[in-house]
Amino acid sequence: MPEAFTLKVNGATREVRAGGDTPLLYVLRNDLGLKGTRFGCGTGHCGACTVLIDGRAVQSCDTPLWSAPGHEITTIEGLGPDHPLPRAIVAEQAMQCGYCVNGIVMSAAALLARNPDPSREEIAAALERNLCRCGTHVRVLRAIRRAAKDSGR
Amino acid sequence: MSAPALPLSLRQNPLLEQWLRFNADRTVTAFSGKVELGQGIVTAIAQIAAEELGLEPAQLSIVAGDTRLAPDEWYTAGSQSIEVGGAAMRLVCAEVRELFRAAAARELEVDAAELRLGSGVFDLPGTDLRRSYWELAPRVSLAREASGSAAPLPASEHVLVGTSAPRRDIPAKLAGAAFVHDLELPGMLHARVLRPPAYGARLASLDEAAVRALPGVAALVVSGDFVALAAEREEQAVAALERARRAATWDAPPMPEPAEAAEFLAALPAQTSSVHAQGAPGAGGARRFEALYSRPYLAHASIGPSCALAAPEGGKLRIWSHTQGPHLLRGQIARALGLAEDAVEVIHRDGAGCYGHNGADDAAFDAALVAHRLGRPVRLQWTREDELAWSPFGSAMAVKIAAAVGADGAVSDWRHEIWSHSHVQRPGRGEGINLLGAWHMDPPQPVPPGVDMPLPAGGGDRNAVPLYAFPNQEVVYHFLPQMPLRVSALRTLGAFANVFAIESMLDEIAAALGADPLEYRLRQLADERARAVLRAAADAAGWAPGAAGGGGSGRGIAFARYKNFSAYCSVVAEVEAGQTLRLKRVVAAVDAGQVVNPDGLKNQIEGGIVQAASWTLKEQVRWTREGIATRSWEDYPILGFGEVPEIEVVLLERPDLPSLGVGECAAGPTAGAIANALAHALGVRARHLPLTPERIAAAME
Repeated sequence: MPEAFTLKVNGATREVRAGGDTPLLYVLRNDLGLKGTRFGCGTGHCGACTVLIDGRAVQSCDTPLWSAPGHEITTIEGLGPDHPLPRAIVAEQAMQCGYCVNGIVMSAAALLARNPDPSREEIAAALERNLCRCGTHVRVLRAIRRAAKDSGR
Repeated sequence: MSAPALPLSLRQNPLLEQWLRFNADRTVTAFSGKVELGQGIVTAIAQIAAEELGLEPAQLSIVAGDTRLAPDEWYTAGSQSIEVGGAAMRLVCAEVRELFRAAAARELEVDAAELRLGSGVFDLPGTDLRRSYWELAPRVSLAREASGSAAPLPASEHVLVGTSAPRRDIPAKLAGAAFVHDLELPGMLHARVLRPPAYGARLASLDEAAVRALPGVAALVVSGDFVALAAEREEQAVAALERARRAATWDAPPMPEPAEAAEFLAALPAQTSSVHAQGAPGAGGARRFEALYSRPYLAHASIGPSCALAAPEGGKLRIWSHTQGPHLLRGQIARALGLAEDAVEVIHRDGAGCYGHNGADDAAFDAALVAHRLGRPVRLQWTREDELAWSPFGSAMAVKIAAAVGADGAVSDWRHEIWSHSHVQRPGRGEGINLLGAWHMDPPQPVPPGVDMPLPAGGGDRNAVPLYAFPNQEVVYHFLPQMPLRVSALRTLGAFANVFAIESMLDEIAAALGADPLEYRLRQLADERARAVLRAAADAAGWAPGAAGGGGSGRGIAFARYKNFSAYCSVVAEVEAGQTLRLKRVVAAVDAGQVVNPDGLKNQIEGGIVQAASWTLKEQVRWTREGIATRSWEDYPILGFGEVPEIEVVLLERPDLPSLGVGECAAGPTAGAIANALAHALGVRARHLPLTPERIAAAME
């Protein structure tokens, strides 16, 4: 049964009406028009749908709507193009098809918030739940290190 | 002197106006049939067009893959987009530039050769005489056939081509909506297909009332064995699909007994032919070598499950798809639905990387069928299971190489045998209709017979002909027309397995002779460009001739020229073999002739290395008697961030030589280099992919 929920997304308060079991992913994409969060598997294995919930990287495809109120949700749109991570992705051209990238950026944003100067191994560990099929891994790792440096300035 | 033949794309779309349009807002639109798959082609085509037209990059935009507007350039596939599509665009733009230059000279009453071109304006230096493309456009007709008579700019005058222009599509993808998956149409429903449990399954019963009663279900489309449901909200369609599975029963024929690739393929009926022979095959030599290599069926495994939108609009059916061949897909959908071809429009929008024939076209047909039946717009997306289990696989392959070596240590005789299905069951190629939903609907379209692509490009035999100067050689293809698993084009087609086998065997021989693998290759390669990429990769990797292996660390080298006429690539891999095989570092050297975008090329090589490493080390489609068993990322793991090596790519610049397609050249050499590095590290040879810990342990016994 559809119910009303109040969400805090990218700093704004948003009202949505949907079933409580609805995966947060579909609410973000279809009710709030935040299409930068992407469906990849629906089971939390690929990371394409990763968003921040209270600063933690979470797979929105298996996060039910009912669990979201009262928490700060951040999507790629909430970071914006001037955030060091998207800027570093552009600077390193760390993308091929790009379908996985926004989820990776969100995982990296959570990492940099708790570890501003991560090693390659720490970055790889933080991206354990993000898959990329085009093979841009080396560029992505470089971009995240660049973003860490830029953030530290 | 006769002009050289125009590129295929230009012969088939000869009118200049099919390629270029000058807009009132002082911009130019270039129309391309080569679509963005994440390989950066739109950026590269734009560099070529802006260069030849003398435009600032921002003055030019590209419309790619739209049956209403863009030329039909067949598929975006086979590393052909720069070689063929780029070459066509370059000739068109050069010819249009010269038509306009001549018009400007006439109007200004000056010598055309005196005119300078910049930012779309011709001017006579030192005067105020000037004409822009847009001023001239009303008086220069592009409704004429390209002649190919205008010379493109020499490489020495290039200011855009050869530079690493940033990809045009990246900012939008980071900002939000950018994929076909993100489109919305007014009044659209969200559709999902209820796929059968296995190949050839027939719908025995369906409780339609129960499905229609599921929350949010607005429509049900049943046609033969094709079942799709549609809901107002996406999560309702997703939830209803899982519950609808329980409302259907199927009669499914059993799959063949699972077996390892080489054994499985050898048991299938084969059509055997000799596809290449040189010298006196069977001449033999002093010392003989023979080995069997294989790779399993591989999945494209796109990160984004295939998606399409379709809408009946003004008597036409309009489809948005991440297809590789919009015009071919249009023809296939029209035939399958019994519509006139001009009653169907296909518009390309970006999707997740496909790496060949994945579910994109099938999803487009699914959406078209549902929208056509319902008479309203739908957005239809495949599930993760659909993408992994129902899109075509790359054929499993077995390769047997028998070689003989003369007294001088050189290969004197070489026989390469292949067992493979077709690699090109693409919709629109060959007879019939290659769309999954069309095989399931009522009346069903027959599954077209397997037909492979012949050499020189080749399908299963792609890159089977050795480039080495072996005096006697033969390639025998045991083509397998039966397709117990659905197969079609996966990046590199047969080249991956053939190069893996050739380069493994060369190392086996070199090791037996005590020769250095690099030196042994160079000794038998006459092509200077081939020798140069081998040396460049070895130099960059710090190759030490004759370095002792063993002890768990090793390095290997491998080489191929993709399709034997496209880009040259050599790869050096360094591994550590302990409990698992860890790929530490990969160095590649590439010669692709004139490079349009060096960073884009490096991105393709890096990606090709990582994807091929994933195939080599981890991937294998599995099945049971009940159906495809690899249906999730847990069943079908791919290389992750913790497993990727350091990668270095060396580019050999050849600005005065024609551009060579580069998207697929790294894969075969990567597999060969990894297998050779493993053998160097452990002293044992693993010949059957993937090189899992179990396989390596088996090879050591």
